[in-house]
Amino acid sequence: MLLLLQYTIIFASVLLLVALGGCFSEHSGVINLGLEGIMVIGSLGGALVMRFFPGLPPFVMVIAVILGAILFGVAYSCLLGVAAINFKADQTIVGTAMNMLATAAATVFVKAMNTAANPNDVSASIQYIEPKKSFLIKIGGFEFNWFMLVAIVGLVVAYVVLYKTRFGLRLMACGEHPQAADSVGINVYKMRWAGVLISGVYGGLGGICYIMVSASEWKFDAGVYGFGFLALAVMIFGQWKPTRIALTALLFGLFRALASVYSGIGFLARLNIPSTVYNMLPYIISLVVLALTSKSSRAPKAEGIPYDKGQR
Amino acid sequence: MKKLLKNDAFQTLIASLLCIVVGLFLGFIVLLFINPSGAASSIVEVIKNFMHFSSGKLRLKNLGNTLVKTAPLLMCSLSVLFAYKVGLFNIGAAGQYVVGSAVSLYCALALHLNWLLCILLAFVAGAIYAAIVGVLKALCNVNEVISGIMLNWIALYGANTILSNVKEPTSPYTLHITGESPSSLIPSLGLDKLFNNNSYVTIAIPLAIIIAIVILVLLNKTKLGYELKATGNNKNAAKYAGMAEKRNIILTLMISGALAALGGAFLYLSDYEQWSCSQSSVPGMGFNGIAAAFLGGLNPIGSILSSYFIQHITNGGAYVDLTKYSSQISDLISSIIIYLCGFVFFLKYAISSRLEKSEEKRARKAIADHEKGGEE
Repeated sequence: MLLLLQYTIIFASVLLLVALGGCFSEHSGVINLGLEGIMVIGSLGGALVMRFFPGLPPFVMVIAVILGAILFGVAYSCLLGVAAINFKADQTIVGTAMNMLATAAATVFVKAMNTAANPNDVSASIQYIEPKKSFLIKIGGFEFNWFMLVAIVGLVVAYVVLYKTRFGLRLMACGEHPQAADSVGINVYKMRWAGVLISGVYGGLGGICYIMVSASEWKFDAGVYGFGFLALAVMIFGQWKPTRIALTALLFGLFRALASVYSGIGFLARLNIPSTVYNMLPYIISLVVLALTSKSSRAPKAEGIPYDKGQR
Repeated sequence: MKKLLKNDAFQTLIASLLCIVVGLFLGFIVLLFINPSGAASSIVEVIKNFMHFSSGKLRLKNLGNTLVKTAPLLMCSLSVLFAYKVGLFNIGAAGQYVVGSAVSLYCALALHLNWLLCILLAFVAGAIYAAIVGVLKALCNVNEVISGIMLNWIALYGANTILSNVKEPTSPYTLHITGESPSSLIPSLGLDKLFNNNSYVTIAIPLAIIIAIVILVLLNKTKLGYELKATGNNKNAAKYAGMAEKRNIILTLMISGALAALGGAFLYLSDYEQWSCSQSSVPGMGFNGIAAAFLGGLNPIGSILSSYFIQHITNGGAYVDLTKYSSQISDLISSIIIYLCGFVFFLKYAISSRLEKSEEKRARKAIADHEKGGEE
C-alpha cells in the first residue's frame, strides 16, 4: 500500500508540473498542445546531464539535472512562441508538429550520439541507474523523490504568481480579453511569450521527472506515452485553477500508479484483470472525466485565437 | 505573373514546395551536424528512394513497395483533411487507423472472411470508434484533440490484446495472411505484373485514389458537403440556418474515422507488414497523415501528391548510411515540414496583402496622373 501511495504521489507530481505549464500558457491565450514534445526534449536535457556528468555529488546532480531539463524545455517552447504569437500560425498544427518533431529529433540525436561512442550501439536510449540514486531518499519503506518537493514548490509558485502578482493578473487578462488588456497598456505579445516560456519550464521539469520515475533507462523513440495530453486533461478537469489541478493530478496519478503496482497488491492481483485494462485505465478515466466536466468549462475566453493588434 | 500569384491553388503549391525545400534543407543541416562526411550523399539517398537501385526491375519493385504504403497514408491524410474542412482536428486518425488494422487482421486471420468483408467491417469499426470522439465533441463539448489522443492509446492497447490471439507462437508478430487465409488478401488483378511481380501491389492503390476523388466531389459538389463545411465555418450560423449541427459533427468524424480505418485495412490486408503485438507506441501512419493533409494544401488531389512524397522520403530514409545516421531522419524531415505548414497561411496572407498594396499604389498613381492630365 505504501508503494501505491509512493507511485501515486510521484505520478501526480509529473501530471501537476505539466498541467501547470499548460495552465500558464493557456491563461496567456496560447493553447499548448506541444506539451508532450516539450516533455520529451526537457527529459532529453536532463538525461544528457546525467550521461555526461555521472560523477557529480548528489545535491549538485539534482540541481544540474533540473536546470538541464528547464533549459531544454524553454528552448523548445520557443518553437511554439514564434509560430503562434509572431506568425499567428494555427496552434493545433504547430503543437502537433512539435510533438512529432520532438520524438524524431530526440531519436536521431541520441542514436547518433550512441553510435558515435560505440559503432555497434544503434539504440536510442540513455541509461542513468547511478545518477538516479541522487534523487531518492529512503524514509522507512517510503522512497522520497526530490521531484515531489519540486512539484509542491511549483504549485505554490504558480498559485502565488497567477493570483497574487501584477504579472500573473496581467497574464490572465491577455487570455480573457487581449484587446482590453492592450488598451490599458499591457503588451499582449510579451505576456503571451512569458506564458509559453513558463510552460516550457514546467513541461521540461515534468518530462525529466516522468522518465526518471518510470525507468532507469529511457528509449527516446517511444516519446512519453501521451502523458502530455493526460496532463492537459488534468488541466481541463482542474478548470485552469492550480489548486484544483493539484487535486485532479492526485486522482489521475492514482490510476496511473495502479498500472505499475497492481500485481503487488493482494486483492487486485487476485481479481485477475489483464494488465492491458490497467494500462488503458488512465486514458479511459480521463475520457469519462472530460465528458462530465467539459460542458461547464471555465477555459480562458481568448485561448487559441492569435492576437492581432489591428482587429476590433 | 501577378494573376498567377493571386491564384489560391498556385499560392498553395508555392507554399508547399517551399515547405519541402526548407524541410529537406534543415534535415541536411542536421545530418551535417551529426557527421559532415556523408551528409550530402545521405540526403540524396532520401530523395532518390527506389532510384537507389541500378537495375530497372529492382527500381520497379521498390516503387511498388512505396506505393503499397502510400495508399494507407493517403487514406489517413484524407481522414484528417475531411475533418479539418469541417473545422475538426482529427488527431484520432492514428487510433482509427489502428482499429481498422486490428479489425481487418482479426477478421482475416481468426474468422477467415473474404477480403471485401474484412474491409467493410474495418470501415464500420473505424466509423463507430470515431463516433465516440464526435459524440463527446457534439454533446459534451470535449476538445476533439484530447479525446482523440486518449482513444489512440486505448486503441493501441486493445489491438495488441485482440491480435495476440492470432500471432505467431514464438514472435510478437501476427501470422501471415498468405498462409492462413488467402481469400482475405486484397486481389491484385494483374497490377503486380506492372511492378515486377510485386505481389503486395493490389487494387488498394487505385481504390485509394478513387476515394480521394469521391471526397473531392463530396466536399465541393454535394449538399451534404456544403452543410458540413458550413457547420465548420460557423456552428451557430449553421444551426440558425436549420442544419443539424450536432449530427453534422458526429457524421463528419464517422466518415473521417472510416477513411482512416480503411487505410489500416489497405495496408495489412496486402500482407506487406505484420502487426507487432508488443509495440508500445501508436503507429506513425495517422500522424504522417496530418503532414500529408497540410502539405497537400487541404485538397484531396494535393493529398495524393503529398502522401506519395512523404512516403517516398520515409522509404528513402532506409537507404541513408546507417553506420552514421538513423533512418528516423525521414521522420524528422516530415515533422519539420508539418511545423512549417503552420506558417503557410501567414505566407499566403503575406503574398496577397503585398499584391493588394502594390495594386492600390498603382491605382492611386493612375488617379493622380489622371487628375494631373485634367489640370493641363
